[in-house]
Amino acid sequence: MINCRNLTKTYLTGGVETHALKNISFSIEKGEFVSIIGPSGSGKSTLMHILGALDVPTSGEYFLDNHEVSKLNDDELSDLRKNKIGFVFQSFNLLPRTTVLRNVMLPLLYSGLSESEREKRARECLKYAGMEEGKFKNLSNQLSGGQMQRVAIARALINDPSIILADEPTGNLDTKTSHLVMEALKELNKKGHTIILITHEMDVANYADRIIHIRDGMIEKDEIKK
Amino acid sequence: MLKDLFKETIWSLSANKVRSGLTILGIVIGIASVIALVAIGQGAKNSIEKNIEAIGSNLIMVSPGSQRIGGISQGGGSAESLTVEDANAIKNEIENIKAVAPTATKRSQITAKGNNTNTQVIGTTEDYLIVRNVSIDLGSFFNDQQLKSSAKVAVIGPTTRDDLFGTEADPIGQTIRINKMDFMVIGMTVAKGGSGFSNQDDVVYVPLTTAQHYLTGNEHINAINIAATDQNSMVVVQEQITTLLMARHKISDSADADFNIMNQNDIIATATSIASTFTILLSSIAGISLLVGGIGIMNMMLTTVTERTREIGLRKAVGIRKIYINLQFLAEAVVLTFLGGFLGIILGWIMSLIVTRFISTLTTSISLTSIILAFSVSAGVGIIFGFYPARRAANLSPIEALRYE
Repeated sequence: MINCRNLTKTYLTGGVETHALKNISFSIEKGEFVSIIGPSGSGKSTLMHILGALDVPTSGEYFLDNHEVSKLNDDELSDLRKNKIGFVFQSFNLLPRTTVLRNVMLPLLYSGLSESEREKRARECLKYAGMEEGKFKNLSNQLSGGQMQRVAIARALINDPSIILADEPTGNLDTKTSHLVMEALKELNKKGHTIILITHEMDVANYADRIIHIRDGMIEKDEIKK
Repeated sequence: MLKDLFKETIWSLSANKVRSGLTILGIVIGIASVIALVAIGQGAKNSIEKNIEAIGSNLIMVSPGSQRIGGISQGGGSAESLTVEDANAIKNEIENIKAVAPTATKRSQITAKGNNTNTQVIGTTEDYLIVRNVSIDLGSFFNDQQLKSSAKVAVIGPTTRDDLFGTEADPIGQTIRINKMDFMVIGMTVAKGGSGFSNQDDVVYVPLTTAQHYLTGNEHINAINIAATDQNSMVVVQEQITTLLMARHKISDSADADFNIMNQNDIIATATSIASTFTILLSSIAGISLLVGGIGIMNMMLTTVTERTREIGLRKAVGIRKIYINLQFLAEAVVLTFLGGFLGIILGWIMSLIVTRFISTLTTSISLTSIILAFSVSAGVGIIFGFYPARRAANLSPIEALRYE
């Protein structure tokens, strides 16, 4: 499903080249729950941006469902993100002063679906992500951190994506809420969703079945837990 | 697609009511003040021009110059240099003249039936009717016979009638006392409008000879009013009058002339230039309001950039194409500026109507130019500052936009 070959990413800042990724190759199969772990500056965020089609590699190839992502233009990348990737961010990134339902329906804008179909899907995804039905019409800024992340997970699910990319999803949550959110992700994985988790905490990474350790832009260890 | 765009725009504006409201308010104030102020300026100009036209048409006025006593000017009109003979000479010797009316004027206290008023008493001839566009409403003007015999008859203006006899009263045949002498009212003029010092309805006309004998007590006159036959001959007529009067007064250098000569076009030009200055003043104030309004719009649009940049980043991350993001922000800016512009035009229009309603002498006139100008400036500012930062944000990569602080 995901196939990366010799990915490199080089940033040029102030005339100095920074090699964020150096020749990374790996693949992820459908239905896997993978953690990518590494300290800050290791290149894990850069890798996540490339996997999420938010950025393109300097060289190398990245195939997602047989599409070569590294060759797409801005609009094609947008379409790919819409159809194949669901994002869960550290800082939730919900629209402020906007209802839970509307936030979840955001990726369906300009999709041509009817309003009732959109709402039906959003309600399903919210229930799926473990959100109480009574809060569907609440404004996003009235929710707790854990609830916001559930809304974000529901939003990530709405287009039935091939992969869900979670970038430090527990970074802004306390231990107890973190556990609940991670359990929710694990639950999604059991239902067949492919999940890629980016983190720097071993506790969080341990929820996954496979852990890829990144250091200095290279894969240090790729371990599959049993 | 279009329906989604429209819904998203309306929703986004209504979800941020304070932000939208303040932006609209800035636009409304800017546009309304421009429209109202320009309408007031235009109205003032129109009413000044109307007042001047009411004086008469193709009018040339000769008034005595300043008297010099030992080289010290006593001020315009102080010299007693004009006589009835001057007026007759102008009438007889110069061509292209329709009518000549000499006047001897004095402000007097007038009483009738216990009421009294202080007004202008103008001694003149029948030609005054032609020269100054005066029409008779009731009764008649005095005739040649009454002029020759210095008859104690008077024709009054409608405002004077109101003051002395009350509105709607018939003044004909009544007696008024001017300077302790009884005059019989034989006519009343048609109202001309105007106000303040130039009120041509608050006046009493008496035969010139009567005024000279009983009121001013001398043979001099205050002014000679001349109506030329048409606009084109005015310059020539004015020159000929100057030459004639200088010859009659035995003056060789025009700088020493003991009279002033003025034509109506000069007065109109002067007054119009005053009114234009006034309009420029008001327009400048309006322009400043528009500028302040524009800065307000700009501020509102720019202060929301941080929040909106992250929103744009999110929209891009979830896969909405750049073009739709641009279109939405453009639509938001257009809706805000048009809504604000529309409300601003209505408010400016209402303000102009209120001014007209409460200041009776000023009929404001709303100009299309000011509406278009105000509207396009605010729409331009609103759209540029609403759309441009959004467009820039939409061109950022989603990661950069999401991280924007």
